Amino acid sequence: MASAEALIRLMHIHRTFYLGDSKVNALRDVNLTINQGEYIAVMGPSGSGKSTLLNLLGLLDRPDSGIYHLAGRDVTTLAPDEQAQVRSKHIGFIFQSFHLVPRLTAAANIELPLILAGINPDERVQRVKQAIHEYGLDDRAQHRPNELSGGQRQRVAIARATVMRPTLLLADEPTGNLDKVTGEEVIHLLETLNQQGVTLIVVTHDQAIGARAHRQITMDDGAVVTDTINNSELITG
Amino acid sequence: MMLIRDSVQFAIQAIIAHRLRSFLTMLGIAVGIWSVILLTSIGEGVHQYVLAEFTQFGTNVIGISPGKVKTGGQPPTGIPSTARLLTMEDATSLKQLPNVIGATPTVWGNSELSANGRLRRSTIYGVDADFTKVFSSSVRIGSFLPADNIGGSRALIVLGSKLRKELFGQKNPLGARVKIGGLHFRVIGVMAPKGQFLGIDLDDTAFIPTERALELYNREGLMEIHVIYKKGAESSDVASAVKSRLKLRHGAEDFTVTTQEDMLKTLSNVLNILTIAVGALGGISLLVGGVGIVTIMTIAVTERTNEIGLMMALGAQRITVLFLFLGESVVLSALGGVFGLLFGVVTAQLMQWLLPSLPVHTPWSFALIALLVSGMIGLLAGVMPARKASMLDPINALRAE
Repeated sequence: MASAEALIRLMHIHRTFYLGDSKVNALRDVNLTINQGEYIAVMGPSGSGKSTLLNLLGLLDRPDSGIYHLAGRDVTTLAPDEQAQVRSKHIGFIFQSFHLVPRLTAAANIELPLILAGINPDERVQRVKQAIHEYGLDDRAQHRPNELSGGQRQRVAIARATVMRPTLLLADEPTGNLDKVTGEEVIHLLETLNQQGVTLIVVTHDQAIGARAHRQITMDDGAVVTDTINNSELITG
Repeated sequence: MMLIRDSVQFAIQAIIAHRLRSFLTMLGIAVGIWSVILLTSIGEGVHQYVLAEFTQFGTNVIGISPGKVKTGGQPPTGIPSTARLLTMEDATSLKQLPNVIGATPTVWGNSELSANGRLRRSTIYGVDADFTKVFSSSVRIGSFLPADNIGGSRALIVLGSKLRKELFGQKNPLGARVKIGGLHFRVIGVMAPKGQFLGIDLDDTAFIPTERALELYNREGLMEIHVIYKKGAESSDVASAVKSRLKLRHGAEDFTVTTQEDMLKTLSNVLNILTIAVGALGGISLLVGGVGIVTIMTIAVTERTNEIGLMMALGAQRITVLFLFLGESVVLSALGGVFGLLFGVVTAQLMQWLLPSLPVHTPWSFALIALLVSGMIGLLAGVMPARKASMLDPINALRAE
């Protein structure tokens, strides 16, 4: 497992929050190795540290101690702006509540990461057009988020998360706000992206969705409890 | 890094998304800029009007009055002064100084004139032939007072255009006799109309030789000597030449020399301060507009906390977030500034058109400064909210409702 070419290596990660006076151990000595192209479901009860793990992997949060290597590079010590650059180039986020900018059209929302990365307008137009077409949003490109259905919104969000061609896609309850059929569609879409080589990490409550992943990580009270690969091999964390 | 064009476009999109709110905020700045422009336009108009009033006699004039005064104004009349008097000979002597074109000894008073069976009270000036040069006035008919030798001044009089009309109507006054006090004068000319100076009618006047005026008013010395010098000569050089010549004659500096240039400079300074002061009054409303921008940007940051978190997740650096919000407040403020500028200029023009007697002049430098200031206000007003936005924790920002 611990190959040198691993995409992600977490070593002895600790993360503690203070809620008022009480100390919450969001992550306790988490060790993980994730290879390029894996499809992982992170499961566990509320407050088990799933989201903290995802935020940490997405460089939105820093561990109190431990080392995080992304693509062979120690990213724990990077300056905030360098971390922002890593997020821009290598990481795509998908949220439960979509997080689309309400005043911008679907196309403009998809364009946002390209704008932030300072890519020139001609290339942006091309890439947005392609993404809109790939996600079947051609007739919805000029609509604002409030004129789109839930499924369409999440498709726009996925298009936005992938328009920079990231290696790592982090989805936090991507189907949480969707009905069953639409949720299936979205999961299918994410799986297609995974088949194209993107490393996919999904945080979910839904056992059925979790079971579809190639590797399941279960967390409880900030620690990895089980780490199962292909529904057969069992590694305790 | 994000391109500047995109940042501006992003700011405009955000401004358009809240049309009414943005419009009202802009209005605050627009009213501020508008009042600055309008008030400075009036201030500058008054400035130019007053200066034009004072420069209509020419600017290369030096006045010499008896008595050494350190402050402005005439010495109080009726109070005996120990100062040596200015004499006709002083004036004649000054005429010979280099660069000096002319010097006119002046005495004035108010007397009743009678001619053609009519009476009228007018201002009488005792001057000499150089008067027309010094005060750039001209004769309409006849001629001005001749250059007589000291002691040989004839009893001649030149009438102002209004006085002539009042005394003689359309009749030819040349050669007619005018009586002032106990003295008789013969009319040899009529001046061209000169209009008003700060409300004083310059045409309701009569000019007689200085010596005759001294006699008429029973005075020993002159009230003032006006010297005109060549254009292009340094006023300070001429002034010091005048001073040393008179000192030589009097033995002490018992007179005061005032150059028109100095007076205009002082006046101009005072008027400039006036313009700046009224501009500052407008600046207060600009400040209020700036506070409006701070308020609206603070609200925007709070409302869009989610969006800020998202931008950070999408790879926006903190400085990018800072610039986006700064850009928004600058665009908001600058747009308000442009509206205020247009509106202010239009109002100033309209005022000029409706009330032509009110001097209005838009100083473009002020307009430009106002515009830059509005941009600066946007920048300053945006700093606090934008900093707040860029300092947000992305996770909390994303989670915010």
